Amino acid sequence: MIKLTNIVKIYKTGDIELRALDGVDLSVDKGEFVAIMGPSGSGKSTAMNILGCLDKASAGEYFLDDLKISEASDNQLAEIRNRKIGFVFQSFNLLPRTSALENVELPMLYSGVGARERKEKALKALSAVGLADRVHHKPNELSGGQQQRVAIARSLVNNPLIIMADEPTGNLDSKSSTEIMSIFQQLNEMGISVILVTHEPDIAKFSKRIVHFKDGLIDSDEIVRNRSIAQGARLNLELTNRVEAAGR
Amino acid sequence: MNFFENIRVAFRGLKSNKLRSALTMLGIIIGVGAVIVMVAIGQGAKASVTNQIQGLGSNLIMVSPGRSNTGGVRGGAGSMSNISMDDVSAIQTNADAVQAVAPVANTQAQVVLGSQNTATQIIGTTPSYAQVRNQPVAMGRFISDKDLKDNAKVAVVGTTVVQDLMGSANANIVGQIIKINRVPFQVIGVLQSKGSSGANNNDDQIIVPLTTAQTRLIGNKSVRTVYVEAKSSDQMNTAYVEIEQILRHRHKLTSSAADDFSITSQTDILSTAEGVTQSLTLLLSGIAAISLLVGGIGIMNIMLVSVTERTREIGIRKAIGAKRRTIMFQFLIEAVVLSALGGLLGILFGFGGSSLLNRFAGMTSQMSASSVVMAFIFSAAIGIIFGVFPAQKASKLDPIEALRYE
Ligand SMILES: Nc1ncnc2c1ncn2[C@@H]1O[C@H](COP(=O)(O)OP(=O)(O)O)[C@@H](O)[C@H]1O
Ligand SMILES: [Mg+2]
Repeated sequence: MIKLTNIVKIYKTGDIELRALDGVDLSVDKGEFVAIMGPSGSGKSTAMNILGCLDKASAGEYFLDDLKISEASDNQLAEIRNRKIGFVFQSFNLLPRTSALENVELPMLYSGVGARERKEKALKALSAVGLADRVHHKPNELSGGQQQRVAIARSLVNNPLIIMADEPTGNLDSKSSTEIMSIFQQLNEMGISVILVTHEPDIAKFSKRIVHFKDGLIDSDEIVRNRSIAQGARLNLELTNRVEAAGR
Repeated sequence: MNFFENIRVAFRGLKSNKLRSALTMLGIIIGVGAVIVMVAIGQGAKASVTNQIQGLGSNLIMVSPGRSNTGGVRGGAGSMSNISMDDVSAIQTNADAVQAVAPVANTQAQVVLGSQNTATQIIGTTPSYAQVRNQPVAMGRFISDKDLKDNAKVAVVGTTVVQDLMGSANANIVGQIIKINRVPFQVIGVLQSKGSSGANNNDDQIIVPLTTAQTRLIGNKSVRTVYVEAKSSDQMNTAYVEIEQILRHRHKLTSSAADDFSITSQTDILSTAEGVTQSLTLLLSGIAAISLLVGGIGIMNIMLVSVTERTREIGIRKAIGAKRRTIMFQFLIEAVVLSALGGLLGILFGFGGSSLLNRFAGMTSQMSASSVVMAFIFSAAIGIIFGVFPAQKASKLDPIEALRYE
């Protein structure tokens, strides 16, 4: 489903060129759960931004769901971000002064879902992540774990193929982290692929595959042997047709 | 994302910073309000000037002596008039496009009634003056042909004169004997009040028969002005040409000689006055438009600040799938909502302002629907013009950099 070939990303600051990614090859299939690890500055976030269609590579080819992302226009990228990818950030990135419900409705606003259906789906997604009683709270009235769950609900509402999360537990305590990982694991069970960046080995153990970055290159890529299962509330979510298509 | 949702998002954006939005709008409110009040003042001035000129009479042409360059000496004011009563009758009988003719000889005089006295304008004329100058009587009667033939010492007085002589404009003066330059006149009527136009008080005058004025008050047979009414507005030009030909013929002017009289038509005065008020309106609305422009720059300023402040929000929206166009639209609509709302409030203020002027400053400002519509369209346009740049700036932000913005 995802295929990166010889991806290079060069940052230019003044005269200095920095090769943040130096020829990365990576394939991720439907239904995978990948954790990206590696030391700070090794290019993890750069890779995630390219994978998430937020940024374009300087060179190399990127295919997502048979679309050639490396040659897509800005508008096409926006559409792909909107419909195929759910992005979860370390710093939550919810709109301030805006209720949880409206934050979750936002991606549907841009994909042209009608107001009634939008509200219905947003409420479902919020109750799936256990926030049915917090829908009218603003981000500053929610705890970090709750904010991240709103962000996950937001990433879900357009039925993405894949959820990408850059250090989603980086700002959370261990209990909230486990809850978040439990949600990811359950979403993965439902057929949604997950790629997340973390520097915590404990968090990485919840995934099925760990990719190590070092100096802009993939250093190691291995299957997780004794995978941890996160204990958390059951996700009460029915995903539509895309799940069946995902198989497995 | 449809239009109404865009507007809803824009309103939310504006509501989240109410004070700032209100202050930004103030620029547009003042601008639009000023445009509307200024145009109303200009239009009001135009209407009242037009009204006054039309109040002179209808289809009016004025003939006066002067421009007599014969012999190289220009006849100054007060010099013996070269328009005779025979000229007047010639115009009356020979000009086909002429409806009525009223010759006038006028002078200043001291008027006494009992112990009261006043100085006023005495107009000696013929009965047709009432029609030609659109000057009906409110009480009593106007001078008659018989009065004219008899050199009757009768007078029709204006309301200001009544006020000055009797202490009240409503007092019954008809039948009283007043002394004009010591000559006793019987008051036979009171003129309907026309109000004053600028320095010129139409009610401060006394009308007497032309013959009486010439013999008793002025002492010569001169005619100062001849008021001519054309048969219709279409015939104004014909009447003008006829009068000119008749007078030139009677004054025996060679074809190369200049007129030794001058003819002014009401339409000339009207178009001159309209020209003046038009430039007044233009000047006033020009000043107001500048304030509107300043308001627009205020909007651009605030929108730029807003874009910078909301960089992260823009990043989030883009990361979630907002296209450039969508972001552009969001900020553009915010600017337009600001300016259009300011425009609407400005229109209300303009209404308020011009009715206050009418009530308390004695002005006759006139709101026109076109200026209201124009002001609204203009303010919305200002929102678009000054909103485009900040909106474009917002739409071009790179999502990654915008998200990293603190
Ligand atoms: N916008 C940028 N401009 C210049 N250099 C950058 C930029 N973003 C990241 N880098 C550099 O690229 C390298 C990789 O960064 P990043 O992908 O954020 O690392 P990680 O997420 O693995 O810690 C670092 O050396 C970082 O300083
Ligand atoms: Mg990083």
